Amino acid sequence: MESVLALGGLVLLRDSVEWEGRSLLKALIKKAALCGEQVHILGCEVSEDEFREGFDSSINSRLIYHDLFRDPLSWSQTGEALPGGPLGALQAMCRRTDPGPFTIALDSLSWLLLHLPCTALCQALCALSHQHSRPGGSCLAEPVRVLGLLHEELHGPGPLGALSSLAQTEVTLSGAMGQASAHILSRRPRQRPALQTQWFSILPDFSLDLQGGPLLESQPHPDPHTAPVDPTAHVTFNLHLSKKEREAKDSLTLPFQFSSEKQQALLRPGPGQATSHIFYEPDAYDDLDQDDPDDDLDV
Amino acid sequence: MFPELNNLLNITPDRAEQGKLTLLCGAKTDGSFLVHHFLSFYLKANCKVCFVALIQSFSHYNIVGQKLGVSLTAARERGQLVFLEGLKSSVDVFFRAQAEPHPLQFLREADAGNLQPLYEFVREALKPVDDGQAAWRCPVLLVDDLSVLLSLGLGAVAVLDFIHYCRVAVCWERKGNIVALVHDSGDGEDEENDILLNGLSHQSHLILRAEGLATGFCRDVHGQLRILWRTPSQPTAQRDGSLTYQYKIQDKSVSFFAKGMSPAVL
Repeated sequence: MESVLALGGLVLLRDSVEWEGRSLLKALIKKAALCGEQVHILGCEVSEDEFREGFDSSINSRLIYHDLFRDPLSWSQTGEALPGGPLGALQAMCRRTDPGPFTIALDSLSWLLLHLPCTALCQALCALSHQHSRPGGSCLAEPVRVLGLLHEELHGPGPLGALSSLAQTEVTLSGAMGQASAHILSRRPRQRPALQTQWFSILPDFSLDLQGGPLLESQPHPDPHTAPVDPTAHVTFNLHLSKKEREAKDSLTLPFQFSSEKQQALLRPGPGQATSHIFYEPDAYDDLDQDDPDDDLDV
Repeated sequence: MFPELNNLLNITPDRAEQGKLTLLCGAKTDGSFLVHHFLSFYLKANCKVCFVALIQSFSHYNIVGQKLGVSLTAARERGQLVFLEGLKSSVDVFFRAQAEPHPLQFLREADAGNLQPLYEFVREALKPVDDGQAAWRCPVLLVDDLSVLLSLGLGAVAVLDFIHYCRVAVCWERKGNIVALVHDSGDGEDEENDILLNGLSHQSHLILRAEGLATGFCRDVHGQLRILWRTPSQPTAQRDGSLTYQYKIQDKSVSFFAKGMSPAVL
């Protein structure tokens, strides 16, 4: 799980209804904040109070919440909405010029993908991940980490594939027997993608507790007292060959397997072989035109 | 309300939770008995209820409500219940002056509309009244059902946006609850409905899924109810629970039992 935060770039957290990912997002945010980073959160799905719940004050002081939850589509017309709507809010995050490492959390990418064209979202994500390398900007190549929460069931394979291709790390949440697991796919430059599975649970204060796996006693294992069954033991036909039968089998030439002798024997009929003749009596309706109508016979 | 369902959900009208979104889902069976349960439950819990009823008429819900011990007519008269009868008022859209926005205004619009007028109606209906009357416990929005909005021409994102704004106004601002019914065709062909169902599932705190039996119709077991508790923002150490029960709908109640334990077969 350390590799998730070590690489910069886009980290996709793919969750499902059964295995939700917001708590893992909050756990990663807490880790980044404990390293002294500032964390900007674009919150679309839950209120600021609900998101900050569970963090202590030292963590909360490092979190800057951009509230797209209260009025994302400007229906209330109270002036509280973020200017420019969802795309404007996302592009405003691209224009940050604060020095130092920081993390951006998008809660959630699914909400943005449902409300913005996929191309605009991908362009904005590219701009977010690469903003530290702009000419004239900060010369320190501090990794900008973008954590995006994505609800897998809401999107088709096209948008999912597009986001996946932009991501440096993909974490897919699942689990078994009440225990959550994360399948982490990391793409390092010029290296093969690495896949690992990590079982974990998240404690009430959003720290990560890495675990070995579900309890092994509950997994079914074969009974050591039962000998493995030999399937060839009691068949009603003979599966084995005697020595004589094997020799006869090996010396047999197959009808369509052409050795050179067989080929010669067929092409030139030997003296002992009877040649075959065809006797043909044409009747009145036959056309004995010897010409080749297609002109493709090499005769 | 059905006392057995209250026991399964571990709630009583006195101890209703607040700020929650409950998703009711009917998969290849009729889940409307759950709507009747929550309607009577919240009326008995002394909550102010805004019911957006798009499927049946007022008298239908009233008749069923009387079997469950609540009178919708009386609740409406004392101001506890605001009832939008979709079947009747949809006709008004075409016969009213166009200047006044109607909650179901989207029916008139040629291009893809949104549900902002309906949201405004809900927000107005559940506005706290401060004229000295007895305060209701918390506002509740009940919708029956959301899938029909897709059939009426809206997109899944428009319906999700409506529920989003209702969550802001009802669950977050006023600490109320939302209960909504969505159908699930189950065969994966209706992509818009799947987006709506999955999108709402991710936001829900409680999902009640009524399913028909896989083996077909049965006289003594009408279906199976799956209950899934979710905590969308809380850590996974408090593992969500999931229970499955089978049920039989009777005239005035619904009885629940563990799978295979129907009284008819024991």
